[in-house]
Amino acid sequence: MVIQVMANETYPLLSRVADSVYWMARYIERAENVARFIDVNLHLQLDLPLAPANQWEPLIETTGDMAEFTKKYGIVTECNVIQFLVFDEENPNSIFSCIRSARENARSVRETISSEMWEQVNSIYLQIQVQRSNLSQVSLSEVLHGIRMACHMFQGITDATMSHNEAWHFVRLGRMIERAEKTSRILDVKYFILLPSTRTVDTPYDDLHWSAVLKSVSGFEMYRKKYGRILPRNIVELLIMDREFPRAILFCIIRANESLHAITGTSLASSEALSEQLMTSLTDELNTATVDMIIRGGLHEYLDRLQTKMNAVGDGLLSDFFVWRPVETTENMEQAQGAGAR
Amino acid sequence: MQFNDYQTDGFYDEMFDHAGNPRPEARLLLETMESLDDGHLLRSQHAAEQLLLQLGITFNVYGDSAGTEKIFPFDLIPRITSAKEWAWIERGLIQRIRGLNEFIDDIYHDQKILKDKVIPEEVIFSATFYRPQCRGINPPQRVWCHITGTDLVRHGDGQIYVLEDNLRVPSGVSYVLENRALMKRTFPRVFEGLHIRPVDTYPGKLLETLEAIAPEDLDHKPTVVLLTPGMYNSAYFEHSFLAQQMGIQLVEGRDLAVQDKSVYMRTTRGLRKVDVIYRRIDDDFMDPQAFRKDSLLGVPGLLESYRAGKVALANAPGNGVADDKVVYAYVPDMIRYYLGEDAILPNVPTFLCWRDNDRQHVLQNLDKLVVKAANEAGGYGMLVGPHSTQEQRDAFALKIEANPRNYIAQPTLALSRVPTLIGDHLEGRHVDLRPYILYGKDIHVLPGGLTRVALRKGSLVVNSSQGGGSKDTWVLADGDSSNGE
Repeated sequence: MVIQVMANETYPLLSRVADSVYWMARYIERAENVARFIDVNLHLQLDLPLAPANQWEPLIETTGDMAEFTKKYGIVTECNVIQFLVFDEENPNSIFSCIRSARENARSVRETISSEMWEQVNSIYLQIQVQRSNLSQVSLSEVLHGIRMACHMFQGITDATMSHNEAWHFVRLGRMIERAEKTSRILDVKYFILLPSTRTVDTPYDDLHWSAVLKSVSGFEMYRKKYGRILPRNIVELLIMDREFPRAILFCIIRANESLHAITGTSLASSEALSEQLMTSLTDELNTATVDMIIRGGLHEYLDRLQTKMNAVGDGLLSDFFVWRPVETTENMEQAQGAGAR
Repeated sequence: MQFNDYQTDGFYDEMFDHAGNPRPEARLLLETMESLDDGHLLRSQHAAEQLLLQLGITFNVYGDSAGTEKIFPFDLIPRITSAKEWAWIERGLIQRIRGLNEFIDDIYHDQKILKDKVIPEEVIFSATFYRPQCRGINPPQRVWCHITGTDLVRHGDGQIYVLEDNLRVPSGVSYVLENRALMKRTFPRVFEGLHIRPVDTYPGKLLETLEAIAPEDLDHKPTVVLLTPGMYNSAYFEHSFLAQQMGIQLVEGRDLAVQDKSVYMRTTRGLRKVDVIYRRIDDDFMDPQAFRKDSLLGVPGLLESYRAGKVALANAPGNGVADDKVVYAYVPDMIRYYLGEDAILPNVPTFLCWRDNDRQHVLQNLDKLVVKAANEAGGYGMLVGPHSTQEQRDAFALKIEANPRNYIAQPTLALSRVPTLIGDHLEGRHVDLRPYILYGKDIHVLPGGLTRVALRKGSLVVNSSQGGGSKDTWVLADGDSSNGE
């Protein structure tokens, strides 16, 4: 253990707190993404009444939980997928679980985040809890829209009420890494399923599917403004390498990198800490590639490489800033309940 | 809302005298309330409850599945105390804390009070919360009880008595602050024309108290942290609220480490020294090296660091010796012994079951007395005689005979009542009062405190775990002097 006594720091950030605000942000972002792509799929289905039922399958691929899904639900139906991805409390990546985890994390750092942030995450949780217990009374589309808006509001509140200090940079880091990861997964899953061969690329049937991909990341309007006609190549360019579109992978990684350097206090040009080195390697991968190179070499392979590097950055953050701790045990919890209150 | 049908039922009512006339300090509030239409109060009450849930002002329920949170019910009708009565209470509390502090310091040093046989030494050495590990420790400023939450009750005779001292880890102050904020937000009209002493100065005073006890040789502003057992503790909301209001770190045991007898917290940039810890964790769980070996919540080596004067702890470990209900019975003797004064605030008359005569009396009068275990809190381990069955009394008689040292008995108090909104009308409900006293460089008493109310009809148990709620507590400012803290 190395003892460093900080001089000019009035409010150092506990490792546990950094970890919690980072995950709070990731869970909020995750909930929002899941809500958006389910909603898009619901709309797509209205346009494609004859589409096979298996168009719900890619959604589970996107969250990477196919094994758990199959074990619990067996067959893929719209109803099962929605239950699994929206309300299932045993699926850690369902919207409900994400909101609950975001709230638990927020609750453990209430003194660090602003009261307004806490109130917002608490109100999202209370809202989905009510909806969950009155399923017959609510419209799914409204639930999903409500979640999306509430998550956006949380992010706006975060930026407007919390000092943009070290903890805030961990929030932004979590948000940006999660968003980049989700964009890459949506692209990956859709590409794999919709483009088995280059022959089908230009049919109008595909156009609907590709529009849906864009809508899944709120990118349809921005795409139109920049490119006009829908072409897979351009979609890949927008979603991976755009520097202005806020859900593009490069956009997210640039912001994440800025926050990481704000946290370490080093200049953007240098990379001393492990996480900085891993982030640099990720940025290089994005900066040096062109769309045509990516498509020639295989989009799936490229995205796979990006995802591996994003995971590595996460591991780097863990070892640089969040110390390892044992998980909360039941015994620990019982003691916490009994010790110190009357 | 009209009070025409309101009955005091022969109890002391904080708002009305025995003839049913408003007490002078309550008159203006009553006029305002009577001018409101019936729905106003109900709407405000409903809004307040919704707000509590939205703000996440909750406590965790023990014995329930993890994560079960409940709001602490809040009643809109405040309890009012006149400036004159409050001045007397404040004097009494300051005197009591001085006496208790002298006593604790003596117990862990020369034990003069035992040598002079004012208190039998076996009472002290058998007290559950006596900590021999703390012998010889000199806390900064020789203060042992930095934050105290004394429980006061008013009996049918109109007299206010001290029920418990709560020296160890008193909780509830966050509700005092939140209740006031809630009142202002949902029921602002009742404040009209009144000058009520503010309570939101508390976090500032608390921080001042904690900074005042920092180790003396520091060359920088002390780093103060609040140590919590974690999110599953029933008072977790309060821990995070106070840390937030004071702008200090909320830490768990796993965030801290002791090295070379100094305490450090683990931050994103390595270890950072901690100077003062406001610990909201019991002695037993604080340090597995010094106390309970199986504690997972504490910080190994904390007590050694404290003993070496490298870190200050509030409250001081070991001060719970005076929370024992048998020791409580001797507080008036302590005040006389150390301060040479008579106690201003009286104790509730207490029978000590280890005394043969007292025990005989208690056993013969179980149906009239309240029997309490000497080391329990939260309304647990007690028998309220007049509300008990023969079976319960028989069971308690056996417990008392088996372990007389562990039981005391007191007359059943007719706790005073305050009008409370029950359904759509007002009924009297029994209350107690927990003022908070801070002791750093000097002693500060928060004006008012937490009024807990037993919401169940006829119940005398005000604890949140057993159907209690709370009320805002108003201390009126003296005359026209501004008196704003």
